[in-house]
Amino acid sequence: MAPIPRISILLASATGIAYEILLIRLFSIVQWHHFAYMIISLALLGYGASGTFLTLSRSWWKSRFASVFLVNLGLFSVSMPICYLLAQDIPFHPDEMLWHPTLLIHLLAIYLLLALPFFFLANAIGLALSRYSTRGPLIYAADLTGAGLGAIGIVLALFVLLPAQVLPLLSTLGITATMIALLELQAHRRRLLLPLLIIGISPWVLPGSWFEPAISSYKGLQQTLRIAGTRMVEEVSSPLGVVSVLESSEVPLRHAPGMSLRATVEPPDQVGLFIDAEGPTVITRDSGDPAALDYLDQLTSSLPYYLKQNRKVLVLGAGGGGSVLQAIRHGAYSVDAVELNPQIVQLVDERYAAFSGNLYSRPEVRVHIGDARGYSARSNKQYDLVQLPALDSGGTSSAGFHALNENYLFTLEAMQDYYQMLSPDGYLSIGRWVRLPPRDTLKLFNMAVQTLRDLKVAQPGNHLILIRDWQTSLLLIKKSPFNTEEIESARLFCAQRNFDLAFYPGILPAEANRFNKLAAPYFYQAAIALLDDQPQTFISDYKFDIRPATDNRPYFFHFFKWRTLTEIWRLSDEGGMPLLDSGYLVLIATLLQALVASVILILLPLWVLRRKQTGPQGSNKTGVFLYFAAIGMAFMFLEMAYIQRFIQYLHHPVYSVAVVLCAFLVFAGTGSAFSEYLAARLGNRKTVALAVAAILIFGSLYLLLLPPVFQHTLTLNDPLRILIALALIAPLAFFMGMPFPMALASLSLNAADQVPWAWGVNGCASVVSAVLATLAAIHLGFSLVVLAALGLYLVAYASFPDQNR
Amino acid sequence: MRHHTLYKIVLVSVAVIILLLLYQSATGQDFSALRQQMIRLIEAEVRETSLYLDKESLDPRVLSAMAAVPRHQFVPEKLHKQAYENRPLPIGHGQTISQPYIVAIMTDLIKPRPTDKVLEVGTGSGYQAAVLAELVDTVHTIEIIRELGETAGPRLAQLGYRNVITRIGDGYYGWEEEAPFDNILVTAAASHIPPPLISQLKPGGRMIIPVGSRFMAQQLIIVEKDTEENISTRQILPVRFVPLTGKH
Repeated sequence: MAPIPRISILLASATGIAYEILLIRLFSIVQWHHFAYMIISLALLGYGASGTFLTLSRSWWKSRFASVFLVNLGLFSVSMPICYLLAQDIPFHPDEMLWHPTLLIHLLAIYLLLALPFFFLANAIGLALSRYSTRGPLIYAADLTGAGLGAIGIVLALFVLLPAQVLPLLSTLGITATMIALLELQAHRRRLLLPLLIIGISPWVLPGSWFEPAISSYKGLQQTLRIAGTRMVEEVSSPLGVVSVLESSEVPLRHAPGMSLRATVEPPDQVGLFIDAEGPTVITRDSGDPAALDYLDQLTSSLPYYLKQNRKVLVLGAGGGGSVLQAIRHGAYSVDAVELNPQIVQLVDERYAAFSGNLYSRPEVRVHIGDARGYSARSNKQYDLVQLPALDSGGTSSAGFHALNENYLFTLEAMQDYYQMLSPDGYLSIGRWVRLPPRDTLKLFNMAVQTLRDLKVAQPGNHLILIRDWQTSLLLIKKSPFNTEEIESARLFCAQRNFDLAFYPGILPAEANRFNKLAAPYFYQAAIALLDDQPQTFISDYKFDIRPATDNRPYFFHFFKWRTLTEIWRLSDEGGMPLLDSGYLVLIATLLQALVASVILILLPLWVLRRKQTGPQGSNKTGVFLYFAAIGMAFMFLEMAYIQRFIQYLHHPVYSVAVVLCAFLVFAGTGSAFSEYLAARLGNRKTVALAVAAILIFGSLYLLLLPPVFQHTLTLNDPLRILIALALIAPLAFFMGMPFPMALASLSLNAADQVPWAWGVNGCASVVSAVLATLAAIHLGFSLVVLAALGLYLVAYASFPDQNR
Repeated sequence: MRHHTLYKIVLVSVAVIILLLLYQSATGQDFSALRQQMIRLIEAEVRETSLYLDKESLDPRVLSAMAAVPRHQFVPEKLHKQAYENRPLPIGHGQTISQPYIVAIMTDLIKPRPTDKVLEVGTGSGYQAAVLAELVDTVHTIEIIRELGETAGPRLAQLGYRNVITRIGDGYYGWEEEAPFDNILVTAAASHIPPPLISQLKPGGRMIIPVGSRFMAQQLIIVEKDTEENISTRQILPVRFVPLTGKH
């Protein structure tokens, strides 16, 4: 038997996962994030399709494994850039699709194109698993370890290269894997190395502009670039996103959301920062002339400065520095600014240092690069004002598109963290875009009430002020009750600027809904209802989900309720669709499409083989299906749930995903390799029994132990916390790597022709379960996702495919 | 033989010309019929939404204006067939022509009078300006995207809208020389309502701003300046939807 092509599989798998992550990045720039998610999820069905293909063509490839393996790796490498370039040129706009359902054909074409590279890669791995099924653990180990390394590799690559520059690199890596495979499998055909080398180099001689993302003309960046005199002066990239810097010589940007209708001033010059072509967040010119910054007094967000002097201010999510500038203007003498993206800080600090009046280098300002939750968990400072300027980017048009994103900035636990940082008379100030009918502002208000109740504050209503204009709202939460002077100042502030008071302690009904009139005083009515002793009826009757988000269910932007679907659907002709939260529906659409495709991909080979009177026989096909579907789903459920847990712990959405995902996959790979050793002593079935028992023990133990462990180690430095995270992930992932190769090895003994089919079932289950896990987390929380995974491992064990069955 | 061939050629040519003419008039008639159908659809939608708009029907003048404007002339040729469907259409440059229903509501909401001087910020295809031109004295319209402005101007002129004055430029400062205006329409949403536009609005006048994505208006903002120059806004949803049913 020829040597197993382990190194080429490792490298190809690394390239495959890097390509997957890169596609999400690229399509987030070209399109919108949740569509990127849907498109890539469905493209991953290429894995399921390869199972179908390999089952149906088994007799053909059996006699020519090495060539078919090599050709698939080669096609994988070449199709990566080609399919992406073709797919991004297919016109597609999500909103337009509602009006032109024929655009669904475009969407289908995008899926099919992007599925191709994954199909070829999965063919290669599936072929190897089928060919060397008794050595499955080693192949699976190479696949998982490669994927782990690819996950961390792409994050590192995105720090130095623009996403479009990574694309040719991946193609070259794929060709390198093919060349290694050639040496591993068919050393006598070495003469093919030269043509492969030429193919591998070829993407680098193509014009770089070919790989530029063709950004949708409806995205903020493209729209702004159409304005005369606007030009992109710089573009920097990191895994956090591509930041495009726009300057304008003719038509100023004038970004000032929440500016009073009575304002007569205009914002000074601004530089626009677009992240993944959306935004902008701005850097504002500070020439030293205080009058030029008068517009800062006219924004809803300046309310806390009119109630009392705030000396110590914390800005969480400082971006281009608008809120920092506002704090300094209003006399703060100490401003801590926390910003996640170091490249944005660098832009303010270097290129635009003079422009911004050296904002981030001023003696009273300290910039902290990091995550807001991480900062608040570790800080022991007290602030007069903690500000969350959530209005930086997006705007009302992209509202509802973030339903799928876990967000740990707006959860009950986060609110408690922020509250604890307030000085005895301090304010927590949170701005939001106004959406109609109200959603996020009300959820936030509800969460504030809940937080105060959880902290045993006697009269939560005495600690809250909510104001709004036509576009933005501002919620103030004070640690002590608001006093009469503060309330008078708030009323005056609003009256002078035509802002509406939606709630303050003692508000009269006639005071709400005066300047910016809605059909009814929705905000006021909701605030009163939510402060009632029995807010539950209001919350359940309200047509949007305004229940608090928690760390266990971190979906602040999820507002969708099923019972309103039919009502809104009927309104679609009048343009009622914005009432729907499209993010959630995209998730459902993804799930349905994945399910339909999976059923076809899984059943097709069975049906065709039965007609031919050959193929899968001799073992319980339902059992095989159950086993591989269950472990595929369980693996993904646990991986996703624990990635979320560790994101909270490591406090960085990108690094923690990279570290945790890499650790999960590499340790699972190690487990897979080790399972071969165990199986030699215990047999396949007992090894799986051991693995499942260990997964159950660690999985349930972590549900109980992780919160206290995290709590006690939260203040440790980053490297130490990463080490702790790795130590915690290692044993769980190690055992999770075993059930798949063990069952494959067992299957190869009594029904070898079902091996590729099992590979396909596993591929489909992974895609479906990734979507299901998010859906389950939205509704039930991550703890239940973990429990479901543990249950699925039990189902898998019960249906283990061995000779006895 | 030759005679016969010539005769046949002439006959076929005449037939083709007649058919072409028939086709043209048929499609012309088609567009007018489609337009009527579009108006009926808008009327039906308005009845559905009456609760929110606070009225049972739109000003008949608005509907006749929309029945008069050849909407298909304002969209790319390949979309002519869809021009009278109740949907927004892409017009290139990342811009769209609004859904007829939204155009009707917006036009109705500013309560246009034959003597009015109207400012439009964001000409786009020129369709909204054309509808207004049927109803008011003059329309001044500004477009920031050069390519759009360069097509909309000649298109409006060609269709005979002599009371529409177009300009390419930044709409933030309005049209100082022609101010004040009875009504202002801002079709491109900004991060805030430009103060110069508010000051160019006549006391008693109205400004309307749709907010949402290029394909969907989520809400309409009406800015009103009363006779004492107090400013207030009203925010309305284009659809009949209340967030809460039951008593609270």
